[in-house]
Amino acid sequence: MPITYTSNEQVEVYRFSVPAAILIPLVAVFLQAFVPLKLHFFSVFDLPLLVVIFFALARRSQVSGMLTGAAIGILQDALTPSLPIGVYGIVNTVVGYAASSLGVKLDVENAGSRFLVTIFFYVIHEIIYFSIARGLVGLTLHWSWVHELGSAFANAVLAVLLFAVLDRFKQRT
Amino acid sequence: MENLISRYRNVTILAALLFGQVLGLAIQVKRSTENRPTRLIRVWAVDSVTPLERGIVRLQTGASTLWRNYFYLRGVRQENRDLKQKIQQLEIEQARLSEDAEQAHRLQALLGFKEQFISQTVAAQVIGSSGSEQSRSVYIDKGARDGIKPDMAVITADGIVGKVLRVFNRTSQVLLINDQTSGVGALLAKSRLQGVLRGTPSGEVVLEKVMSDETVQPGEAILTSGGDQIFPKGLPVGTVISSSPGQDLFLNIRVKPATSLSRLDEVLVVTQQEEREPAVADGVRLRAADILAQRLPSVPEKSPGELNKIPPPTSGLKILPAPGAVASAQTAGPASQKPSGSTAQAQSPTAKPAGTGPADKKPANVTASKPGLGATQPATLSKPVVKVPVTLAPEQKPQLEPAVKPPAPAPDQPTAPPPDQPQ
Repeated sequence: MPITYTSNEQVEVYRFSVPAAILIPLVAVFLQAFVPLKLHFFSVFDLPLLVVIFFALARRSQVSGMLTGAAIGILQDALTPSLPIGVYGIVNTVVGYAASSLGVKLDVENAGSRFLVTIFFYVIHEIIYFSIARGLVGLTLHWSWVHELGSAFANAVLAVLLFAVLDRFKQRT
Repeated sequence: MENLISRYRNVTILAALLFGQVLGLAIQVKRSTENRPTRLIRVWAVDSVTPLERGIVRLQTGASTLWRNYFYLRGVRQENRDLKQKIQQLEIEQARLSEDAEQAHRLQALLGFKEQFISQTVAAQVIGSSGSEQSRSVYIDKGARDGIKPDMAVITADGIVGKVLRVFNRTSQVLLINDQTSGVGALLAKSRLQGVLRGTPSGEVVLEKVMSDETVQPGEAILTSGGDQIFPKGLPVGTVISSSPGQDLFLNIRVKPATSLSRLDEVLVVTQQEEREPAVADGVRLRAADILAQRLPSVPEKSPGELNKIPPPTSGLKILPAPGAVASAQTAGPASQKPSGSTAQAQSPTAKPAGTGPADKKPANVTASKPGLGATQPATLSKPVVKVPVTLAPEQKPQLEPAVKPPAPAPDQPTAPPPDQPQ
C-alpha cells in the first residue's frame, strides 16, 4: 500500500452534505463522552480527533480543515470542565491545518497511508496538547512514550475502520 | 502587503485562529481563580450532547429493569434466603454498634460537639463523561431545577465520588476525586492524621500533606475530615494502598477509592447538610427504669367504661400530678396520652417532661397501687429484686398522698409490697 506523491491535479477533493458535516462531529463528541462510561478502555480513543483528520484529508482545504478542527476542539473543551476553553481548540486547529496540507500532497485514500497518517497526527496532537496544558494552563501532566505510542496505534487501527465507514458520506465536487 | 496576505492567506487565517484561542485561553487562566458564571458555549455544548445521553441511559435502564425484574429471576429465592440471613447478622451487629453510637453521642453532647449529618439527598443517574483522559468528570441527569448547586457533595453508598462543579438546567458536571484539580479534606481512620486527597494526572488518588515521620499502614481506611466544607465528616473515602517517603517531608500515600470511579451508575447529591448537637437519649438513667418496667408485671389497658366499674380503692396511694404535669400531658404527643396507670413512668425520677424523648414512648407496665416507687431511696422489690438508684427532680416529684394511710411504714419510706398482694 504505497504512499504516493500526487500532483494537485490528481487529487480528488470531496465535500459533505450539511447534515453530515454537522452530525458526524456531534456524534463523535457524544460517543467520546458516553461510551467510556460503559467501556472504560474507550477513553484511549480520540474520536473527535479522528473526525478532524478525516474531514481535513477529504476536503483538502486548509481553511476548511482548520475551521473544522477549531469547532470540534472547542466543543470538546466545552464538555471538559477542568480545562479552559481553547486547549483542544488550538490543538485540533493545528492538526486540521496540517492534515489538509498533507492531504493535498499525499494519496491518503488507502488504509496503509491512513494508518500512518493517523499515528503521526495523534502524536503531534498529544505533543501540542501537553505543551499547552503544561505551558499555558499549568496542569501537571506526565509524558509516557509507551502510553502515547500505544494510544496512537489503537487510534490508527480505529481510524482505518472509521474512515472506511465515513467514506460513504463523501460527495464528489 | 495585500499581495503578501493573499499569498499567505491560509497561514494568516491559521495565525489569527490560533492567536484568538491563545488569547481566550490566557484570559480564562487568569480569571480562573474567580468564581465566574458558566460560559454560554459550555451551556450550548452540554445542551446539545446530554439530551441524547439522557435518552439512551433511560432506555438502557428501562430495558435492564424490565429484564431483571420480569424475566431474569433465576436464583432469586436463594438470594432472598441469603439476604435474610445477612439481615439477621446485621441486626446483631447493629445492636452492638448502636450501644457504641449511643455512648459516643453522649460523650459528644457532654463535650459540646456538634455533629454534621446529611439531611437531604437527590438521586441522580450518571449519563456521560468528559471524554478526556486528562479530565476526570461525569455528567449527571439532575440540574438546577432539581435543586443542585455548585460545590455540593456527590456520594454513593460506598463512599465519596466528587463534587458538583457546574450546574445547568437539567444536567450537572461532577468533578471526580481522582481529577488532578480536585481536593478533599481527609483523615486516616485509625491514626486520625489529616491530609488532602488529590487526583493525579494518571487518574490515581493520593493523600498529601501527611508528615513523613508518621507511620501509615496499607489497608488503613480513610474518611472525610469535613475540613473542606463540602463533604460531611466521616464518609468513606478509600483505603491506603501504599505509603512511601515523598517530597518535602511528606509521605506519598496512594489510595484506592472506596467507590469505583470508572463504573459509576447512580449517585447521590447531598443537597442539604445540617449541624446539630447530638440528640442523646437519656440512656443510662432511663435504661434502669426501662429494665424495671419490663420486669414488672403489666396491667392490661382498660376502656373508660371498664374503669368506671372498678370500685374506688380502699388502700394504696393516690397520685397527684406534679405541677405542670397536666399541662405537659395535654400538649404532649400520643405516647403521653396513653392510659398508662403507671407510677413507674409518672413517678420516674429521671423521666423527661412528657413527649420530649423516647422515654415517653415506653410502655407503662407498673401498677398505680405499688407503693414505694419513686422514693428517693433505692426501691427494693420482692420479685424480681432490682435495685435502681433513682433521684427525683423537685419539680418532677409527684406528690404521694395516701388515700388511707397505712400504719407502717411512713409514705416516704420505700417498702416492698406484701407477697400476697396482687400486682
